[in-house]
Amino acid sequence: MSSPPGTTSTTTLSEAASKALLAPYGVPVPDERVVADAAAAGAAATQIGFPVVAKLCGDRIAHKTERGLVRLGLGDAAAVEAAAAELLAAATPQDGEVGVLVAPMVTGNRELIAGMSRDPQFGPTVMLGVGGILAEAVADVAIALVPVSPVDAEDLIDALATQELLGAFRGEPAVDRAAIVEVVTALSRLATEHDEVQSVDLNPLIIVDGRPVAVDALVEVSA
Amino acid sequence: MTTHERLTPLFEPRGVVVAGASTHPGKFGFVSLHNIRAAGYEGALYATNRQGSEVLGEATLTDIADLPDGEVDLVFVCTPAAANIELLRACAAKGVRAAFVTSAGYGEAGEEGQAAQRELVAEAERLGMVIAGPNGQGVVSTPVKLCAQIVAPNPPPGRISVASQSGNLVSSFMNYAVATGVGIARAVSAGNAAMLGVEDYLGYFAEDPETAVSLVYVEGVPDGRRFYDAARAVTGRQPLVVLKGGATAGGQRAAASHTGSLATDDRVFDGACRQAGATRALSVEEAFDTAATFATQPLPRGPRTVVVTTAGGWGVLGADAITRGGILELVELPDDLHDALSEKLPPRWSRNNPVDLAGGETRDTIPEVLELIAGHPGVDAVIYLGLGIQSNQARLERDGGFYPDHGLERIVDFHERQDARYAQAAVDVSEATGKPILCATELAVTQPDNPGVATLRANHRLCYPSADRAVRALEHLWTYARHRRRRS
Repeated sequence: MSSPPGTTSTTTLSEAASKALLAPYGVPVPDERVVADAAAAGAAATQIGFPVVAKLCGDRIAHKTERGLVRLGLGDAAAVEAAAAELLAAATPQDGEVGVLVAPMVTGNRELIAGMSRDPQFGPTVMLGVGGILAEAVADVAIALVPVSPVDAEDLIDALATQELLGAFRGEPAVDRAAIVEVVTALSRLATEHDEVQSVDLNPLIIVDGRPVAVDALVEVSA
Repeated sequence: MTTHERLTPLFEPRGVVVAGASTHPGKFGFVSLHNIRAAGYEGALYATNRQGSEVLGEATLTDIADLPDGEVDLVFVCTPAAANIELLRACAAKGVRAAFVTSAGYGEAGEEGQAAQRELVAEAERLGMVIAGPNGQGVVSTPVKLCAQIVAPNPPPGRISVASQSGNLVSSFMNYAVATGVGIARAVSAGNAAMLGVEDYLGYFAEDPETAVSLVYVEGVPDGRRFYDAARAVTGRQPLVVLKGGATAGGQRAAASHTGSLATDDRVFDGACRQAGATRALSVEEAFDTAATFATQPLPRGPRTVVVTTAGGWGVLGADAITRGGILELVELPDDLHDALSEKLPPRWSRNNPVDLAGGETRDTIPEVLELIAGHPGVDAVIYLGLGIQSNQARLERDGGFYPDHGLERIVDFHERQDARYAQAAVDVSEATGKPILCATELAVTQPDNPGVATLRANHRLCYPSADRAVRALEHLWTYARHRRRRS
């Protein structure tokens, strides 16, 4: 990844490495595996339980969806193996070392986004917003400065315009606010303890039974 | 030295000298001296003029060297930039500890001006002086009757303190202070903010016993963390209202040419304000309304709001404003309150919130209703709509060609007395219960001398021009109170 002149040059971590960094801070991630070949992908999926998703995973792969490197709703081992073979074949030399990330298919009606970035004037910040395919158009996000206390995180949730989304929704329970506070304060702690982390993007945070799960994660670090 | 100690010579000078006083009424050196004298500044006052000409009928000094020692704390600088280094030295030698520099030709004037500004600051630091400005419009401090500025107005005394990156916004807020009677404690235009920025003034306001609420206008916050920390330090003690210019791409382009400000990500700025407990207003009116409300009303202990109205439509719109905002609660009337109100009101009253009196009020109804509602433990705040309508009719009767005959004198007098009473009751009940009671009517602007409106002004309380504006201000009060409570 290249950066504009005058700013720190950065590089991205793979999805798996990003999640490995985030999970110990308290960011909930799915039970998932990175494997090297199609047969191992099928075996991993069998362990995890169907349906699963398979994604091509590597340090230099930041825009999986745009490149068609995500396969959703794979219902059996054969489907997983076929998808994994295709993904590995789609890798280009520029992608560097790659693997296949196999994860449970997480579904929910609601998606949030969360992230961390470093503002040139205000320093490290944490963001919480409404996710999903209309997220950019809706632009319902709120930002707090690091360090973010649990009370600050509560205020961040209250600051979202789309409060209806956080209550009981289409047969799903209300969003567990404490779990959202966990994610937000985890990102804040990470920003404080890891100067090299320039940004974190959790998109989406799917709400499952009221609790957020970071289905995708991208961490950007100083090169 | 604390910020408060550093800035005391600026805001509470024992004496002031205007350097570069002019006999020409169009010059800053004339206007500033005029404004200081007109406001009745009570400390020692001197002026210098190169020719020693009389200005406004008083003698001037030709040289700072002629100032008595240790009598003057503040120099108001109207001399050209090139003369100011020498001026600072001469002033420091006489014990002057602060300068308000209104002279232009500094940071706003290219590289040469920027060099001059750096030199000015360096010299002031060496001399142990503080400098406000340069290129600023002045400083106002009503507790010492100081109106040292090159613009109007001289605001009435009060408890709002203003710091602004734009001098004209200081004027805007003070114009509202004049119009509403909700006054100002300190006001300062930061100018180029060479040495003192809005953050420094906030540091002073936070420790200032004369200040109940700070009100700032900013366009740029180059050091966002410093602004955030300064804001947080204030809000732990008193409310802070922030109006930010350049919140949009269009405004940021304008700010870049006005104050040379770098664009700030507005979502980050907004988050910083929320987290700091600073109240962000989006317009000049909202900023002043909110600061005036903080300065004059008790903080609500909760969101439960009752609307009292003398007529239906106003109450409906007030209910809409509360509901739309989603911050206050249009509380359902508790049963005992409902029953108590029913005893005072004719059967056709609304029996709900808004409490619509439906024209059923008699002589004492409104004060009694306000007392019952604000006195109830289930109510945190009251918005009273329809103040002044009796006097509005009285006005027509006074001017209608039949006055004072046909009994008009008596009824006009009664109506006017009643509205004054209602306004006084709103103030008294608010003070007695420690709960905010906000009165809103367009008569605040359409008929400022209406006895209801005028009585609020005489009590130094704001009369809101609409229910919407009262609701917005009350929302800000509750948001701040909640912020404090969540962190206590």
